[in-house]
Amino acid sequence: MADTAILAAQTPAAKARPAGTALEARLAELDLPKGGFTAAARTDAAARLNAMGLPGKRDEYWRYTDPAAFNDPVAQPLAFTSRQSTLFDDIEQLKLVFVDGRFDAAASDALEGEGLEVSTLAAADASGDHWASDLYGKLETAGQNPVKRPFAVLNTLAANDGVLIRVTGKVSRPVHILYRREAEDADVIIRHVIRLEEGSELTLLETGGIAARSNVAIEVEVNKEARFHHIASKRADDAKIGIAHIFARVGEGALFKSFTLSVNGSMMRNEGVIEILGDDAVAHIAAAVLGDGTEGRFHHDDTVFITHAAERCESRQVFKKVLKNGADGIFQGKILVKPGAQKTDGYQISQGLLLDEGSQFLAKPELEIYADDVKCSHGSTTGALDETAMFYLRSRGVPKEQAVVLLVLSFLADALEEIEDDRLRGDILTRLDEWLTSRASA
Amino acid sequence: MLNIKNLHVKLEDEDKQILKGVDLTVPAGEVHAIMGPNGSGKSTLSYVLSGRDGYEVTEGEASLYDHDLLDMEPEERAAAGLFLAFQYPVEIPGVGNLTFLRTAVNAQRKARGEEELSSGEFLKVVREKAKALQIDAEMLKRPVNVGFSGGEKKRNEILQMAMLEPKMCILDETDSGLDVDAMRLVAEGVNALRSPERSFLVITHYQRLLNHIKPDVVHIMSNGRIIKTGGPELALEVEKNGYGDLLAEVG
Ligand SMILES: Nc1ncnc2c1ncn2[C@@H]1O[C@H](COP(=O)(O)OP(=O)(O)OP(=O)(O)O)[C@@H](O)[C@H]1O
Ligand SMILES: [Mg+2]
Repeated sequence: MADTAILAAQTPAAKARPAGTALEARLAELDLPKGGFTAAARTDAAARLNAMGLPGKRDEYWRYTDPAAFNDPVAQPLAFTSRQSTLFDDIEQLKLVFVDGRFDAAASDALEGEGLEVSTLAAADASGDHWASDLYGKLETAGQNPVKRPFAVLNTLAANDGVLIRVTGKVSRPVHILYRREAEDADVIIRHVIRLEEGSELTLLETGGIAARSNVAIEVEVNKEARFHHIASKRADDAKIGIAHIFARVGEGALFKSFTLSVNGSMMRNEGVIEILGDDAVAHIAAAVLGDGTEGRFHHDDTVFITHAAERCESRQVFKKVLKNGADGIFQGKILVKPGAQKTDGYQISQGLLLDEGSQFLAKPELEIYADDVKCSHGSTTGALDETAMFYLRSRGVPKEQAVVLLVLSFLADALEEIEDDRLRGDILTRLDEWLTSRASA
Repeated sequence: MLNIKNLHVKLEDEDKQILKGVDLTVPAGEVHAIMGPNGSGKSTLSYVLSGRDGYEVTEGEASLYDHDLLDMEPEERAAAGLFLAFQYPVEIPGVGNLTFLRTAVNAQRKARGEEELSSGEFLKVVREKAKALQIDAEMLKRPVNVGFSGGEKKRNEILQMAMLEPKMCILDETDSGLDVDAMRLVAEGVNALRSPERSFLVITHYQRLLNHIKPDVVHIMSNGRIIKTGGPELALEVEKNGYGDLLAEVG
């Protein structure tokens, strides 16, 4: 493409150009920040995005999910369906509120905490110098190989806000990013950058409805012996159309754990790109998904790529999707074991529970192994509720609808187990139980 | 009391008749045993009574007191007082035994218009009953039947029965897989529940269990029918001579 440079300039003049490619049309609607410390990364992203373009249905990586909704120049307005999230309300936390993708200082706690250095992207990006410049766009760029992830590049180019967190100690109070929607047509691009210094620990929570359409990317570097826990809850009224990326780099003896609960939404794609670079590290990524196709189309895609580049590391992927009324669940998960990554222990399970015949679960597990002394396994199943178990519960007097709830929770249990903290897991479980019970007859 | 008349049952998806006219009455307060060769239809009878899918009743009826069982959902039958201790108890990963028990107890209470038990009350009762069956706190917390030994599963069935206090208890080979001590525990559990308002139908292959749980009546089932009914001595006869003579008798 000859006009790479023009896009890279991101000037109003670029916006004024007549619509040409889908990418140009998409960019024309965006308010592209110039960037301070991110400027170079943004310029680079513009060039890369211009070279790769937006994905199409024909791209192998988009075989099961039509990227059209993410490619559209503008988001479809979305009515509000319910109130703000109260999940994790009772847990002591550092609360950071984003309204329509912009940090709301008045609604948030002060940006400080022991062992933490917190700033917002919008504020920090006014200056040319920041610790996050080592990471912003860097992990995303590293994650472009071997497949392209254009929406993550778009995120680097166009993110307007987010949080930048440097963790220097063991932080017991979780940092809670609470999203809130105000405009029905908000189309937001958010980037969070997190660095856990050696031996530190952080729990990051994400809840609430982001926008009618959202593109969220997290870059997280977990340095030697640090521990990072990420728990995201995307509920019924959340971004109906959303794409999220988490790029992680995991160092020696470090731990990375990410769990996402998704309840409805119409088109979601979550990509996890995890590079295990230090020996004896652990990386787990899990999701529990409940999809009901009656509220419009439900399509939920989890795409994971885990690279083992060090010895004696463990990775675990646990993805569980409960689907009904014509919902689609997708899982693409890959484990790449690089030469020399001996004693790797890689595990992957993806399961679909179909509550009716109109729904479907598609899984594409892949292993690519270049070391000889490794233990890697993957499994995928799709099935209906176990009739024997249903009968067992009902024979004890548990009504059918409630028996379904119990069996759905039973099905999701392995994924929920990936949340280490009892209270956080308990909160998620209570929420899930309430939601399932209130919908049991639907 | 349980009343079964001329019950004929076939498999829903197959042209296979399994029960071919079962007649059986278990009055309140009595313990009846059913013995019979493998495949004679004992478990099928217990499943059909408790409402499992996959069977079609082609003829006959079954009632528990004034409830017409065959028209009811499995959970309604349970709330009406029917309980089946499964031959093969089912594992339910991810659902704690206590959660399961409490859900079941409260669902039944709710169905009967009674107030639900508070968690304090529930825990107190459960602990007491579990103790009698030597089910420890750790087993109560574990997912339903997951990783339980054969004998632990059976004791867990009896715990459920003790918690639910049904009127009609059907025990399908609860003695299989039990060691001598566990068998005594289970029998004690059952005997503790015996009362003038409660009946038992004990399906077993062995006289042994009936030494502990003394039946009032013993039925022999073969090829989908009750072919003989008698007193406890019938079980002794089976133990000694097998089914050969009995089967020959009915031809
Ligand atoms: N769902 C089914 N599909 C096919 N055959 C079945 C089914 N259920 C029962 N049967 C058949 O019906 C017959 C009776 O089985 P049932 O389990 O009731 O016997 P049983 O008397 O309990 O035997 P056992 O003493 O071995 O437990 C057997 O021949 C069995 O194979
Ligand atoms: Mg049987």
